[in-house]
Parts: sequence; C-alpha cells; structure tokens
Amino acid sequence: MNFEFKVENPKSIAKDWSHLGVVGSGDMEVLMEKQDLDGAAKVKVVTPVVGFDKVWNMVLEKFVQESSLGDVYLEINDNNATPIVVSLRLRQALAEANKCEVGGVN
Amino acid sequence: MGSDVKRVWNSLELDTEQRLKSVAHLVKEGKVVAAEDAVALLEGVIRPGDKVCIEGDNQKQADFLAECLCQVDPEKVYDLHMVQSVVSLSTHLDVFEKGVAKKLDYSFSGPQAGRLAEFVRDGKLQLGAIHTYLELFARYFGDLVPRVALVVGYQADKKGNLYTGFNTEETPMIAEAVAFKQGIVVAQVNEVVDELPRVDIPADWVDFVVEAPKPFYIEPLFTRDPGLITDVQVLMAMMALKGVYAEYGVQSLNHGIGFATAAIELLLPTYGEELDLKGKVCSYFALNPHPTLIPAIESGFVKSIHSFGGELGMEKYVQARSDVFFIGPDGTMRSNRANCQVAGLYAMDMFIGGTLQIDKYGNSSTATANRIAGFGGAPNMGCDAKGRRHSSGAWLKCGQEYTVQQGEIGPALTRGKKLVVQMVETFGEKMVPAFVEELDAFKLQENANLDIPPVMIYSDDLTHIITEEGIAYMNRCANLQEKMAAIRAVAGYTEIGLQENPNETKALREKGVVKTPQDLGIDVSKANRSMLAAKNVRDLVEWSGGLYNPPARFRNW
Repeated sequence: MNFEFKVENPKSIAKDWSHLGVVGSGDMEVLMEKQDLDGAAKVKVVTPVVGFDKVWNMVLEKFVQESSLGDVYLEINDNNATPIVVSLRLRQALAEANKCEVGGVN
Repeated sequence: MGSDVKRVWNSLELDTEQRLKSVAHLVKEGKVVAAEDAVALLEGVIRPGDKVCIEGDNQKQADFLAECLCQVDPEKVYDLHMVQSVVSLSTHLDVFEKGVAKKLDYSFSGPQAGRLAEFVRDGKLQLGAIHTYLELFARYFGDLVPRVALVVGYQADKKGNLYTGFNTEETPMIAEAVAFKQGIVVAQVNEVVDELPRVDIPADWVDFVVEAPKPFYIEPLFTRDPGLITDVQVLMAMMALKGVYAEYGVQSLNHGIGFATAAIELLLPTYGEELDLKGKVCSYFALNPHPTLIPAIESGFVKSIHSFGGELGMEKYVQARSDVFFIGPDGTMRSNRANCQVAGLYAMDMFIGGTLQIDKYGNSSTATANRIAGFGGAPNMGCDAKGRRHSSGAWLKCGQEYTVQQGEIGPALTRGKKLVVQMVETFGEKMVPAFVEELDAFKLQENANLDIPPVMIYSDDLTHIITEEGIAYMNRCANLQEKMAAIRAVAGYTEIGLQENPNETKALREKGVVKTPQDLGIDVSKANRSMLAAKNVRDLVEWSGGLYNPPARFRNW
C-alpha cells in the first residue's frame, strides 16, 4: 500500500534517517528518511492484514497533519498493529528522528 | 383450625439427623472420613432434589469433592440444584451430563463458559440466574440455602476445626448459611493435623472432614507479568492517573485484573510520584494481593489492602507487611470474598477495570454470543451503592458533576457518586472493536434463553471511559445524547468512533466532558515501558526484597 499526503508549510525531520520499533506480533517498525519530495510525505505500508486501507489512510493522514510532516519517506512494516500502536510508534519515531545528535543524550 | 395433625417445626433437623446416622459407620475418628469413602459419604448425606454448593471460585477449588460428586450413583442421587460461585472445572458440568444435577444458579464460569452454553442449549442443564458473588451469597440466606455444602481448606483437626488461612475466600459465608439452617458441611483439606495455626471455621459448623489425595487446585489468577505491558497500556495508565486519580483525589478503590490496571500500579512510584500523588490517591484498596502492587506498597503509597482471596507466591511478602494487609494472630493473612465485596461496594470510591465491549450508549459486557461466562464480582464493584451514606472527596466531586441526579431528587440535596471507570483500547486482539452498535449479550440472551441480556456495567453506573484516544467524563454529560457523543469522541477508528462529529467533539472538549492526552498535558511519544517501576517479574521479586516467590511459570530467568 502506498499513500501520499501534503500539508501547508511542511517540515522535514532533523536526522537524515531514523528507525524505530520491531515487527513483533501486534507491533510494527517504521523507517523515516529525509527526501526531496516536493513537500509531500510518502508512506509505504507492508502488512499481512487486508481490508483496512481506509483506516490506514485516516491514521496516517491524521499523523501527517498533526506533525506538519513533509519531504519525508516512511516505510512501515506492520504485523497486526492496532491503529493506536501505529500512531504511537509514528509519534515515537518522529521524536527520535528530531533528536539533536549532539545534545540529545538522555 | 383445630387440626389433629401436629405441625413439625424441626423437620430439617430430623432429616439431617437421619442422614448423619446413615453414614456414621464411615467416620474413622472425630469427624474424619477416609478419601476412599468420600463417594459413599456423599451418597449418604445428599438426597435427590437437594440444593448443593460446591465451594470454588476463581482461585481455590474443592476439586476432590467435585470429582466425588461425579462418581455418585445417579440412581441414588439425582436432580440436584447446584448453587455455587463458579463453574470452572469440567467436573462442575460433568454432574449434569451424568444426570446427578439438573439446575444451576451461579456467578462466574471461565474456561467452562462455552460448554455451559452448549448444555443450556441442549437442555442438559436448567439455568436459574447468573449472579454477582455477593448476590449469590445473599440468596444463601434467602431462597437458595444449600442443604449440603462441599467446602475446602488447607488443614483440619480431627474435631473438624478448619484452617482456611490465606485463601479463606468464601468458606465462612457458605459454612455459616448451611450450618445454621441445619444443613451438612463436608470439608476437603490438604492434611489433617493435631494442631491448627488458627481456627477459621469452628468445628461445630463442620460435619465431616476428608483428607484429599492431593492438595486442592489453586490458580494464580492475579499475577500479571510486567514484561507483557505495552506502551499503549502505559499511555492509558498515565491518562488514568492524571485525568481521574489526581483529578478526583481517589483514595479508596478496587482494580480489575487486566494489564491496564497493572500498568497503573507500576506507574504509581514513577509517574504518580512525578504528579506528587503520594498520600493523595490509592491509600485504601479492596484487592487481591497483586504482585504488581509491590513497588507502590514499598514506595509508601498504600496504607491498607483487604483481599477477596490470596495469590500464589505472595504469602511471605504479605505476611511481612501486616500494617498493610489483614493478618491473623498466627501471622498469616485471612482473605474473605464476601467481606471484601462489601468493602468494594460500600467503602470504595472507585472501581476501574476493563471489558470486551461497550455499546454506543455506554453499557458494557464481557459476554459473547456462545459463552455464558458471568461477571463474578464486577457488577458489585462497578455500581453505585444507593445505600451509601458516608461522604468522601472523590465521591462528592463525582456526584456534584453528575447534575442529572438533580432531576431525580431535586436541587437542594447533595449526593455523591461512585466513580466507575472502564479502560479499553478501541481495538482488542485481532482488530476486534471494543465499541459496538449492539452488545453480543443480546445474542447470548437469545441463544441461552435468558430473561435479560447479561450486562456487566450499565451506562447509568458508568462514570468514565478511558481509551487511548481520551477520557469521556460520562458523569458530566447532561443526557444520553451527550453521553453518546462523548463515547464517539473516544472510540477511535471503530464504526462507532467513525460516526464522530468533529464540531460536537470540539464542544465537548471545551466543556471538559472529553479530554484527549493533549488536553491532559500528556506527551504521547513519552508513553513507553521505561516508565514502569518494574519491567518484569524479576524486578518485582527485587522490589519485595526476595519475599515474593512467583510461581514457576512466571520465572523465566
């Protein structure tokens, strides 16, 4: 599944790329990569679950809108994550991708 | 008028005498009957049509006596009316298959729920009602007094005194109802000893003691491995602590057994401390000895815990914390299901637990179409006790927000309301939605031919719903329409949630009827397992200073 979203005044991520999560049961991993996509956020979803395209679209769109994300390519490998797990992992991944490399130790 | 027939006023006593006489030859010494004579004993003391109680609940089980009842001759003993807390062992239903028993009144069935539904459908079992524990115990003192009770304890002496100890649970309630209505009490124990640590049931309430071939079965039902708590549960626990515990200053409460409440217990020493909640929330619990509560106890959050039952592995820890738990003069805890249910109903300001389904009106149930499971104590914990007459901060605040009440009792009176909170993820395992148009309970009602659909908590008792999307403050809703809108606002991507009207939700958020994590000032990306005070069972053992001794299946190090 592929999705593309565009928001006004998009912001990309701080790091060139970032990875978060594991493809355990009920979970997923996400790779975020900074790319010149003419301001768009592109998402590729690999999932064994069929029939939830509409929900994926809503969850991803809400995330992109809330975070004003653009010029980012996201690759998601899903293993039956529920919508909340998806949006939680996306928010965690974004926080990770925006951590300043120098001062961001915690 | 002037009849010559003299009315007999002690027929029960005379009948019991006769029954006891018929089995006198089986008694070895004192009240002790050998295990191999137990079937003959039951054939002697139980008569066709009797109401019989087999003790057992979600923890300890009179499993040996249940097996014996399956082996009685159905020519001699038949048409029994079983009145018992749970149907959880296969023997509990085998007695119906064999024709020994005919009717059932009960409270909860876990693993046997599917088979029970089959039996009802096939006409093998006549179902009375599905009760709450307290409700069933109450009927033991009304129209459902058992004629014979088969109970269970750790030890007995030859005179028949029982030691039920840590897992006293419902033995006192059953034994009292039966013994004082001229009934017969048979106890299975792990061992007959000369001296008991303490007497939990006095010998004159007990007629026979049988030493079972092996210790009674007991289930560690309340042990939750912190390793299995998810980030989403951490998020919901943070919302619960900030949006409900702190908001209302909840001092006395009961927790359900799920992972969501285990997460709350493990966040008290971390996030709870950060919110400065020590001494302000969670001082008094009606609760089994949950291992996940150890860090909060050790951190000084908890003043007192009274327990429904025991929990395997917690014996030594509990014993070493007698300021917190209810400990006998012998040094061990005494649980008591009936007393703890009463505390949960009347002395606690909040119940918080989980469910499988919530309908669009806010009624919730764990019933599914083909399993007659029942709810145990949840409906008593999860309801507003209308007889309550003492006040507390949390109870008053919740009642003041519940303005609907003024329409019933007039504006002049102040009355509180118990907080009844359901915590659910909008989607459960395998993407099964928690919010539904209609509860499966209605299908079960049809399949099992019940008078009413088995609802666990009714919408008028429910005050808060917590999902990962936010908290719906149902008590603050002006009417059912507003409640339904609040439910839609926290129902996420379920069919119910997708009917949300964004403008309506916005208005509810402005009124504080709905709060999202953002409204509560919670950073969702920070919700993760690193906030848990213990991350696995081993951490719990460490927190307990080595006093907690987890069952083998939870030891993975």
